[in-house]
Amino acid sequence: MIDALLGLLFFQLIGEVLSRGLNLPIPGPVVGMLLLFTVLRWRGGPPAQLSATAHGVLSHLPLLFVPAGVGVMVHLPVLAREGGPLLAAIIASTVVTLIVTGLTVHWLRRGK
Amino acid sequence: MDERIFSIWVYLAQTPLLWLTATIAIYRVMVEISRRLGSPPLLNPVLLAIITIVTILMATDTPYATYFDGAQFVHFLLGPATVALAIPLYESERALRRIFWPALAGLLIGSATGIAAAVLIGRLAGLSNVTLRSLAPKSITTPIAMGIAEQLGGLPSLTAVIVIVTGMVGALFGWELLGLMGVRDDSERGFALGLASHGLGTARSLQFSSEAGALAGLAMGLNGAMTSLLAPFLARWLGL
Repeated sequence: MIDALLGLLFFQLIGEVLSRGLNLPIPGPVVGMLLLFTVLRWRGGPPAQLSATAHGVLSHLPLLFVPAGVGVMVHLPVLAREGGPLLAAIIASTVVTLIVTGLTVHWLRRGK
Repeated sequence: MDERIFSIWVYLAQTPLLWLTATIAIYRVMVEISRRLGSPPLLNPVLLAIITIVTILMATDTPYATYFDGAQFVHFLLGPATVALAIPLYESERALRRIFWPALAGLLIGSATGIAAAVLIGRLAGLSNVTLRSLAPKSITTPIAMGIAEQLGGLPSLTAVIVIVTGMVGALFGWELLGLMGVRDDSERGFALGLASHGLGTARSLQFSSEAGALAGLAMGLNGAMTSLLAPFLARWLGL
């Protein structure tokens, strides 16, 4: 457990250093993910412990969004004014993005 | 007695312990409630937990900053969790190879669509420019979206809320919507869901298959990068 956690933090740290040091547009944790992926390919798979910890953390992924979501309380005045149109815009644009992305990938694969 | 309880409250309200524990406990209870009711999409545990915590904070006059002192330990785990997505990604490498080039095109088109659709529809709905700037990076994961909003001159903390709602919308019916449009392949669905609604879309995709979840996680990461590249140009081009 502790080794796996250390591994994840270590790759995030390298990712942050590279992202900031080289001024990359890709955020540190994503750089860390890509680095770890590269190492896994080179190594031929994750150690059992890392795999178990990663799946454990990911099974509770939604929890990690709660603290940021509670920030809604700071914006109640904005939401009272613009909440309805804002919600409509979020729903409509998410639907458009989903459909355009899904169909692009789908059609390009069928086209082959 | 009352005074004693009050002094305990004063102490607890100022340590990270109380709100950290409350965040995890309330989320845990909501997962259980939602599961017992057959996991109806509208009773999303994240949504229920947020509503409950906001209600408690407002009833006890606790400022968000005090809450976040404790909850930040949960928030921090978003970073290691993103790194952890390398594991399902590795396990689904074959699926990734199969859709590599179409996915790359989908990334470029989907990312631009996400930003442009948000700004244009938002403008049509009559939103102010500050709100539009906070809305533009809505498809991508919270920490990156907040950074972009700041760069564009929006309100990062409003962006955080918009991002969560976007994630919930995608998780609510994205998978089913893609199926209705004829997109039935797990990896294609996962990719679109991760691109359009980041970590919550990824969490939802993981419920269907580890392959869908892995591609969702990949799409989430790539779109975070692509949106940081595109947003400044698109925002200027759209007159923000």
